[in-house]
Amino acid sequence: MIAFIIRRLVQAALVMLAVAFIAFAMFNYVGDPVAIIAGQDLPAEQRIELRKSLGLDDPTPVRFARFVGNAVQGKFGLSYRTAEPVGKMILERLPATLELSIVAMIVALCVGIPMGVFSGLYPRHWLSRSMMTVSLIGISLPTFLIGILLILIFAVLLGWLPSFGRGDVVKLGMWSTGFLTVSGWKAVILPSITLGLFQMTLIMRLVRSEMLEVLRTDYIKFARARGLTNRAVHFGHALKNTLVPVITITGLQLGSIIAFAIITETVFSWPGVGLLFLQSVQAVDIPVMAAYLVAIGMLFVMINLIVDILYFVVDPRLRSSGAKAGAK
Amino acid sequence: MQRSKFLKATLVAAVATVALLGAQPAAAKTFKWANDGDVNSMDPYARNETFLLSFNLNMYEGLFRRDKNLKLEPALATKVEMPSPTVWRWTLRQGVKFHGGEPFVADDVVFSYGRAAGKGSNVAGNFVSVKEVRKVSETVVEIETKYPDPLLNDKLSQIGIMSKAWADKNNAQFTADMTKNEENFATRNSNGTGPFKLKLREPDVRTILEPNPTWWDKPEHNLTEVIFQRVANDATRIAALLSGEVDMVYTVPPQDTDRIKRTAGRKVLEAPETRIVFLGFNQQLDELPDTSVKGKNPFKDKKVREAFYRAVDVEAIKRTVMRGQSRPSALMIGTGLNGYDQAADVRPKFDPEMSKKLLAEAGYPNGFETRMDCPNDRYVNDEAICQATVAMLAKVGIKINLVAQTRAKYFAQILRTASDIEKSPQISFYMLGWSPGATYDVHNVFESLIQTPSKASGKGLFNAGGYSNKAFDALADKIEQETDKAKRDAMIKEATKIYLDDFAYIPLHQQVVVWAAKDNVDLVQLSDNYFPLRFVKMK
Repeated sequence: MIAFIIRRLVQAALVMLAVAFIAFAMFNYVGDPVAIIAGQDLPAEQRIELRKSLGLDDPTPVRFARFVGNAVQGKFGLSYRTAEPVGKMILERLPATLELSIVAMIVALCVGIPMGVFSGLYPRHWLSRSMMTVSLIGISLPTFLIGILLILIFAVLLGWLPSFGRGDVVKLGMWSTGFLTVSGWKAVILPSITLGLFQMTLIMRLVRSEMLEVLRTDYIKFARARGLTNRAVHFGHALKNTLVPVITITGLQLGSIIAFAIITETVFSWPGVGLLFLQSVQAVDIPVMAAYLVAIGMLFVMINLIVDILYFVVDPRLRSSGAKAGAK
Repeated sequence: MQRSKFLKATLVAAVATVALLGAQPAAAKTFKWANDGDVNSMDPYARNETFLLSFNLNMYEGLFRRDKNLKLEPALATKVEMPSPTVWRWTLRQGVKFHGGEPFVADDVVFSYGRAAGKGSNVAGNFVSVKEVRKVSETVVEIETKYPDPLLNDKLSQIGIMSKAWADKNNAQFTADMTKNEENFATRNSNGTGPFKLKLREPDVRTILEPNPTWWDKPEHNLTEVIFQRVANDATRIAALLSGEVDMVYTVPPQDTDRIKRTAGRKVLEAPETRIVFLGFNQQLDELPDTSVKGKNPFKDKKVREAFYRAVDVEAIKRTVMRGQSRPSALMIGTGLNGYDQAADVRPKFDPEMSKKLLAEAGYPNGFETRMDCPNDRYVNDEAICQATVAMLAKVGIKINLVAQTRAKYFAQILRTASDIEKSPQISFYMLGWSPGATYDVHNVFESLIQTPSKASGKGLFNAGGYSNKAFDALADKIEQETDKAKRDAMIKEATKIYLDDFAYIPLHQQVVVWAAKDNVDLVQLSDNYFPLRFVKMK
């Protein structure tokens, strides 16, 4: 078990080093940061001075070593755009992204699972058919279009919900939350629907096909033969067994929701890390881009590590082979 | 009878006054506005960019400020004298207090100029001519320059004065140092003397200002609070204006102006911006990169440059690409700036037939092939303008391979490097835009874009194509130091004629600055795209 985890950790470290290298490579290939920082009419001597003070003239291996050394300590330097510490900028915006992602995931689960169950139980019902059609739209429409349509309807035409921003937030230590104010809740509705729509349709389709499959199995027939109520059969036996893959997918999708909230955050001006990343790209703010890449890489590596360990705990077959490998 | 009438009138007036007085505190005027980007820092010297300077000059003030017609007027200085051509002496306004309560004194001016010219500052370019800043007394400050600099007051109007005591206390004596991993106090806080003070700063989310109750001047605005929010997405920003969540949006994409005009209760404001967008030729290399002409550079021939000039139809670009939102220009400087010469602002006629004739005379009867470099995210519709130009030049036989790329890569490729200013970048035909930033004067255009790039003088850094005319260089150097306005204007006229006759560049147009607001907001739109909140009134 411990050998298995150590092996996984070593792999994770290698992956992180590769991510760090890609992040670092940006410093060389995404344009001249001095041109961005300095604006058009900074005198020549000061440009040279700036290059020197940013360490842009050192040889590449030296700069990479310095980058990794600082990154390990969580130091990514100052943003070229705002002159604030990059680590602080990302930490400040992380709560917004996490809250949005979690609400989006909850919306996706709370709507997707019941819809999937219903269309699995009654595949020929007109409601199921229309749900399938709607879900097709959810999968095929691009996120920014859905967002803008929602804004047009609920903000411009009806005027019920705000078109942008996060509303009023309350600070709880390091964490800023929008869950404690009315305007915060109002503001999260449209973006979370936009962000969660794709996951919702994914979950619905997954639950539906799993339900269809499970309902054909022998133990469901036996359960019916025992004279259990439909409710007990559907929710006590069938749904429970469909949920294993749903949980796996949800875990993995949460990572991608957080990482790919960029578009939704841009459309709704949601002040999270995705928006920060996009603005940094426009300003060629390489320290922020690099830190974001490393942070998202870290997130995925962590999620995968946890999933691997969970499989190991759940699946006895893996455990025995792992034990053997450890014994060698 | 007469008496009672008078009494009645007095009474009515009194009641009205009371009602007005009573109404004032209740009618909180909160002005909400949005832009696509945030103010990158609260430090007034952090970046040399219009939006940051403009925003922070609501909180910080310079010795001078610009009025509604962009003319200088006294702000923190009340009197200016020149004891000698290289010494400026200012008498400071008395009784002014910073937002934090510190009295405004000469030390603050000396400190601020040192900070703005010093380490980490991005506005140090304004102090190139400055030799020394001296405190003469508590209320008098002097600057000695290395050579006569008639534009010093213009440059200094952009430099807001910061409280020395405050900066010392909070360890913000220098603008943020990019090499360290700690932020500067002044990045998120502010302490100036201006009409507004900072109430709340949440970077990239919102910045809230409130009026400074102890401001020295009588406020023209009637605001009680200003909320600035950043809405990055164009469609969302316009939606926020249409739904009434914001009172004003600062940048409006051209395609949305018609829709806003059609909406009841919303208005669009348009004014030509000071920036000129133009096309340039490489006139320095002996052979152009990526071209069919070997062994010589066709752009060294004035006839070829004129042929290009006459083949480009700016009116068509205005009509189609810019949707009417441009002002074609023959000059390299925009309207409303010092040195703009209306008599000279007449473009040589658009004439493709003459272009073909000129090309044939120059030895290219069948045209030639070359490359054009263009940004795709810097100026309004930049790439589309280049595409239109390529099509127009194709009609006179010039085949152009267009390379359009993002600004960071673009500028790195086409601009001269400061350390090796005389070396030509590998470009042949390109697009650039220029606004004479700090000075609002044509000399900035001359020294940056038209004078010969030279290591010795540091001029011509943005003259990417390397146009060079000795007579022009000599005139521009004289203009820089001439303090007699009549003589200076005459020389500007002469210099302007030289670069126009040489077809040094193809000036295209001034972009139009487009803002949109609710009908109940009264604001002044300046052509430098600055947005001083002190002119905003809400009904």
